[in-house]
Amino acid sequence: MAWTRDDMAARAARELKDGFYVNLGIGIPTLVANYIPEGVHVTLQSENGMLGMGPFPYEGDEDADLINAGKQTITELDSSSYFSSADSFAMIRGGHIALSILGGMQVSEDGDLANWMVPGKMVKGMGGAMDLVAGVKRVVVVMDHCEKSGAPKLLKECSLPLTGANVVDLLITELGVFEINRGKTPVRLIELAPGVTVDDVRAKTEADFEVAL
Amino acid sequence: MADKVRKNALEALDGLLFDGMTIMAGGFGLCGIPENLIAAIRESGVKDLTVVSNNCGVDGFGLGILLENRQIKKMISSYVGENKLFEQLYLSGELELEFNPQGTLAERIRAGGAGIPAFFTKTGVGTLVAEGKEVREFDGERYVMEMGLTADLSIVKAHTGDAEGNLVFRKTARNFNPMMATAGKATVVEVEVLVANGQLDKDNIHTPGIFVDRIFKGAVFEKRIERVTTRPREEKATA
Repeated sequence: MAWTRDDMAARAARELKDGFYVNLGIGIPTLVANYIPEGVHVTLQSENGMLGMGPFPYEGDEDADLINAGKQTITELDSSSYFSSADSFAMIRGGHIALSILGGMQVSEDGDLANWMVPGKMVKGMGGAMDLVAGVKRVVVVMDHCEKSGAPKLLKECSLPLTGANVVDLLITELGVFEINRGKTPVRLIELAPGVTVDDVRAKTEADFEVAL
Repeated sequence: MADKVRKNALEALDGLLFDGMTIMAGGFGLCGIPENLIAAIRESGVKDLTVVSNNCGVDGFGLGILLENRQIKKMISSYVGENKLFEQLYLSGELELEFNPQGTLAERIRAGGAGIPAFFTKTGVGTLVAEGKEVREFDGERYVMEMGLTADLSIVKAHTGDAEGNLVFRKTARNFNPMMATAGKATVVEVEVLVANGQLDKDNIHTPGIFVDRIFKGAVFEKRIERVTTRPREEKATA
């Protein structure tokens, strides 16, 4: 019984520490905001130009001038601030954001991340992902362990164009948690989802990893 | 002193448009886009445009209407995933595309407007983005050189402006607008509220009027929302 999307988000939320400025990507990472541990206060940055992202507005209170990086309507908090895209990425690139939680298409054992392009097929763009992985102090990737076809996504080397090289610190999938450490040390499997065995993980993983449960 | 105030988008763009030009358009998604100016550019029929904008609108709104009319030759953007026509035109070779990481795009525009021809950033090192560009090491870390970016025309949306062209943006509608205002050979601004000089708090002006050549009050602001997300009134805040 592997983890659900919400379980993965809840596990990622345990990476949040009190006082952190955090940027959450689109998809499962957005769900992390629902699982911020009690007593932990974090400030969510939205790279389109806001610190202190509040919850979704009540129906009828939507403001077209107030959206997050996923283009969803949001609200402000008493502590919120707004700024330009240049200032926003000065925060990101300049190392002022403690943690970024992102989705991924492939992660390599060297800590490379691919999540923005499939040549000839998907043309969406990297948005702010390349800046985030280059500048944020700690990068956590949350993704499905395998593709729909069953092909592994934790690889020896990414086959898709990279978002960043040697950038991933931690990987969370429905099967478990891997310490990637930007490729500075061998990949280590540090947690398993309930009912998942090391053999299950080996069968679905191309990358070499050590078991450190 | 030259009067910067114009009656409408058409008048504000008078004499500024030509085929093959480069236009910077403010906005993130559909938030803070100069929708009146985009509509007027569509009306003008000007073509072979290179457009610098973080996104390319959606099918039927924002910059999407210039795509539909085949007025855009090349886009410089960070993310275009909201637009089906875009993907189709690009994959069929009808549209050129240059992807820039969002922060690199913002900084290229800021640099262009600030007279800085190039800068080094660690964003994109070891990726396709760095191909063909100078990579240099500073303090043991590798950085890629990116060029400043300017345009023949910048089209900007602000919430409030005065006759001098001083601008105040509202919430996340600010995004790329302030940098683009600095990087256009000509900068044209549409505002929801146009006030007389003296009405704005001079300590809280986001873009000083020096960067603005023409300003007008937009006729219509649809301000379409891309993804309406709400919570029920009973529920407690979770995010």
